Amino acid sequence: MPLLRQVPGAGVLRRPRLRWADILVAAAIVVVLYLVARASAGATAPLNLEAPQAISTDPANLPYYALRSLLRMFAALAASVVFTFVVATAAARLPRAEKIILPALDILQSVPILGFLSVTVTGFIALFPGSTLGLEAASVFAIFTSQAWNMAFSFHSSLVSQPDDLDEAARLMRLTKWERFWKLDVPSGMIPLVWNGMMSFGGGWFFLAASEAVTVGNTSFSLPGVGAYVAAAVGAGELDHVGYAILTMAIMVLGVNFLFWRPLVAWAERFRNEDTAAADRPRSVVLGILSRSSIPRGFGRAIAPVNRVFDAATRPFGIAEHPLHVPALRRRAGDVAVVVVVAAAITYGAYWAYVFIDSTAGLGSFGEAFLHGLITLLRVVVIIVLATIVWVPIGVWIGMNPRISRLAQPVVQLLASFPANFLFPFVIAFFVAAHIPLDIGGIVLMALGSQWYILFNVIAGASAIPTDLRQAMESFGLGRWQRWRRLILPGVFPSYVTGGITAAGGAWNAAIVAEVVSYNHQTLTATGLGADIAQATSSGDMAHVLVGVLVMSVFVVGINRLFWRRLYRIAETRFAL
Amino acid sequence: MNPTETLTELISVRGVSKSFATEGGEKNVLDDVSFSIREGEIVALLGRSGSGKSTLLRCVAGLIAPSEGEVAYRGKRLNGANPGTALVFQSFALLPWLTVIENVELGLEAKGVKTAERRERALRAIDIIGLDGFESAYPKELSGGMRQRVGFARAIVVEPDVLLMDEPFSALDVLTSENLRSELVRMWADGSMPTRTALIVTHNIEEAIQLADRVLVLDSNPGRIKAELSVPMPKPRDRRSPEFEALVDEVYGILTGQKAEPRRETLAATAGDAAAASGLDVPLPTASTGALGGLVGLLAARGGTEGLAEIADDLRYEIDDLLPVVDAALLLKLARPHGPDLRITEQGRRYAAADPLRAKEQFATLAVEAAPLVRRIVRELRHSDSGAIRADDVLAELKAFYGDDDAEQQLDTAIDWGRYGELFEFDADSDRLLLPTHPDAAAGVPSA
Ligand SMILES: Nc1ncnc2c1ncn2[C@@H]1O[C@H](COP(=O)(O)OP(=O)(O)OP(=O)(O)O)[C@@H](O)[C@H]1O
Ligand SMILES: [Mg+2]
Repeated sequence: MPLLRQVPGAGVLRRPRLRWADILVAAAIVVVLYLVARASAGATAPLNLEAPQAISTDPANLPYYALRSLLRMFAALAASVVFTFVVATAAARLPRAEKIILPALDILQSVPILGFLSVTVTGFIALFPGSTLGLEAASVFAIFTSQAWNMAFSFHSSLVSQPDDLDEAARLMRLTKWERFWKLDVPSGMIPLVWNGMMSFGGGWFFLAASEAVTVGNTSFSLPGVGAYVAAAVGAGELDHVGYAILTMAIMVLGVNFLFWRPLVAWAERFRNEDTAAADRPRSVVLGILSRSSIPRGFGRAIAPVNRVFDAATRPFGIAEHPLHVPALRRRAGDVAVVVVVAAAITYGAYWAYVFIDSTAGLGSFGEAFLHGLITLLRVVVIIVLATIVWVPIGVWIGMNPRISRLAQPVVQLLASFPANFLFPFVIAFFVAAHIPLDIGGIVLMALGSQWYILFNVIAGASAIPTDLRQAMESFGLGRWQRWRRLILPGVFPSYVTGGITAAGGAWNAAIVAEVVSYNHQTLTATGLGADIAQATSSGDMAHVLVGVLVMSVFVVGINRLFWRRLYRIAETRFAL
Repeated sequence: MNPTETLTELISVRGVSKSFATEGGEKNVLDDVSFSIREGEIVALLGRSGSGKSTLLRCVAGLIAPSEGEVAYRGKRLNGANPGTALVFQSFALLPWLTVIENVELGLEAKGVKTAERRERALRAIDIIGLDGFESAYPKELSGGMRQRVGFARAIVVEPDVLLMDEPFSALDVLTSENLRSELVRMWADGSMPTRTALIVTHNIEEAIQLADRVLVLDSNPGRIKAELSVPMPKPRDRRSPEFEALVDEVYGILTGQKAEPRRETLAATAGDAAAASGLDVPLPTASTGALGGLVGLLAARGGTEGLAEIADDLRYEIDDLLPVVDAALLLKLARPHGPDLRITEQGRRYAAADPLRAKEQFATLAVEAAPLVRRIVRELRHSDSGAIRADDVLAELKAFYGDDDAEQQLDTAIDWGRYGELFEFDADSDRLLLPTHPDAAAGVPSA
């Protein structure tokens, strides 16, 4: 008769033995808990709209400000993950929802988020009257909007590309929706999700810095944070203090990478289906310590009952299975209902916006916005052209030299995730001193953050060119130009296009913070759509904000469709290696 | 065994057709297929690659909807995954991030079985399937055979009414699949397998006849049931028995669309006593695998049929040298006589068209099936504890049937075949035959 046996190895875990790793992990947990408590205490402080909290530029405050900024970043990440799970799963599992969610995400991805800041700040303040929480939420929301769409896309694509046999196995085992999500969906999408989260988190710093200090309708709001600190220091013209903030920022970016993303990336490797060569496996010191400690396992055992509760509570939602046969009539009726509801919502929204704009700014403001949009477009084009000329050859060179790319990749990654708006003050100070008008200088500001995406993607593309192909080309004795034409350009083109889309999108967004800047009690302004939006925001002119954001969205979406998409198709059909 | 008619009909497939939308329009994969599976019965679904076996199995599993017709489980029309079945996949389909026991427990978890009972049942399934000691391993740490054992354990742990299998052994090497297959037969025979009803999809005729009570042969383009045979032999079945072979031939004929031909005299006639069981008395045609490949390739290139004289001419062989090669082709059923000519078989065509790796695999299967000496060596190696046997011992036994020279030639040929099929290796230094998995195997020195 088979008796209940122990799983081998289970006994070893139970042996009570306090190791140094346990002490280290326990100490780290205590520190993290303390810091979170400390930072979140400030986030719920009462908000006095008449005398907003002043941001001190004393560097001694920087550690606390950094903590508050970090909390915002992680709150936004958590919100993005929840959003991703819900929305991407809905899109993957409900065919009708997919038809709405995917185009919506695509548009949201191209919308200039910073333009909405004024709307969201006002909204969230109304939501949490008298508390800083409203401002906090607005800032978190701004960061969230820079991460969530990307992450949702990534998770959706891993859901729909799940291996057929695993899907069939899960369905035949009659896993409940909840079980399937945690046992199959999340694990199989874990690696892309973690990588995408890491990249989006890097992009989020920019929005953190931009959203901590905002002016809406002549009221300035500041949240204690590194971004607000920089804004205050710049306003007062204290470049040395900006320097301290940059140092703090660099420490934060590197620290989060070391303590959070590296371990996560290394841990996610367990969800890889096939084995990778041991040498290429991402490693992490922190993960090593965690796995040597018994605390994570103990934690896992401790929450097992919680899992069981969730499991039981979600059982009534049924198994993860869809009916094979749906009566045609019912399906048709459902389709019609969805189309009607969506069409009605869009019509109502468009009508409301039309009436609102017509009665305030007037429809004529669209024309002006469009003209200014062309000027900003010119700046974006200059950035993309210059960045292409400069970074494509360099990126190819780095990517084709494995040794150099191993060294350069983390550096470029850091540069890409370092918020460019922290560097603005130095560049602006230079413009002021050299009397360079912002109409030209704005290009540099906009390029500061966005150009790296091109470099980054070209490196990735070039390093993915198979070595044997390269050697074959070399052995044919092809000339330099021939090699570029036949091998290198086709190899990097698809990733260049990806980088180009991201860079252009980033530049449009940056226009909102780069076309109007203030430094040392003076304000520089460039002509452009970004400046329009920024000025309308600070004067509380919602109609012009709406017009500006709409026009900018049309520009971004239109150029994506007309230009980048076509380029992408060419990349796929003609240049696929 | 009870007459199956009196037993409950678990699965009934009625008039099932299935077509897929493709770029060139509708592709009709299944056409008006009907059959049923009764309790306690093992049914094999046999057909060529692309005939729609997997598609039909997935209809039975309730994973895809038939375009026409319906599938019912216990009389109830399916509208989603079939609750009375579990599927063993060709690709194993294990969740790589779960350990063996977690994979096995998953189906029970889905049923809401309590933790303690779940663990107990999972361990019992693991016990039955021979996975003890691997409970906390991850699938990627296991060999293909072990992974498929997990696949079986996961399927039987939920005690389904019907066990569905989609070519469960075809991703495994010959030895492993043979091993697992015979264990499956044993489990059904000794009652340790909780599920007694099964539908197994395969394109291996012998596998079908070895396991099944009933064989359905599926025609291709479009897939419809071409023949239904019952296999009345008691289990476990002896693959070398004339009955078994006759049935294999019959099914082979049905599959290839020809009437079955009687098997060659030599094999059937000499089969009898203990000597036959050892397999040593049936001489191996002394043909090198290279020459064999050349012959089959030539036949394929000549449209399938060619006179022996022309072949000899073409390959610059004396006709006497050619005959062992022809014998080998006939033995392995890569070709068959056609009047004075030699005609390639369906298997031969596939062999000729296969890439080297597939060709090796196919050769290995055929050699184990048809070449007694090769099979004998493989079996002994498998039964030996060390995975190695002394070549001298084999030679000594061979010498009981052949002269010294012939015995050596027999062994050399067997080694050549075994090596080519990657069934075993020969280490000339230590004069041992080794399983490919033996630690010394990679160091084997090519024989002269
Ligand atoms: N989802 C699908 N869409 C389009 N065609 C399909 C689909 N699934 C199967 N087919 C086609 O149906 C035919 C039968 O496929 P199926 O997998 O059922 O064959 P099979 O008998 O299992 O073959 P094999 O022995 O190779 O596994 C094939 O031609 C295949 O290309
Ligand atoms: Mg198949």
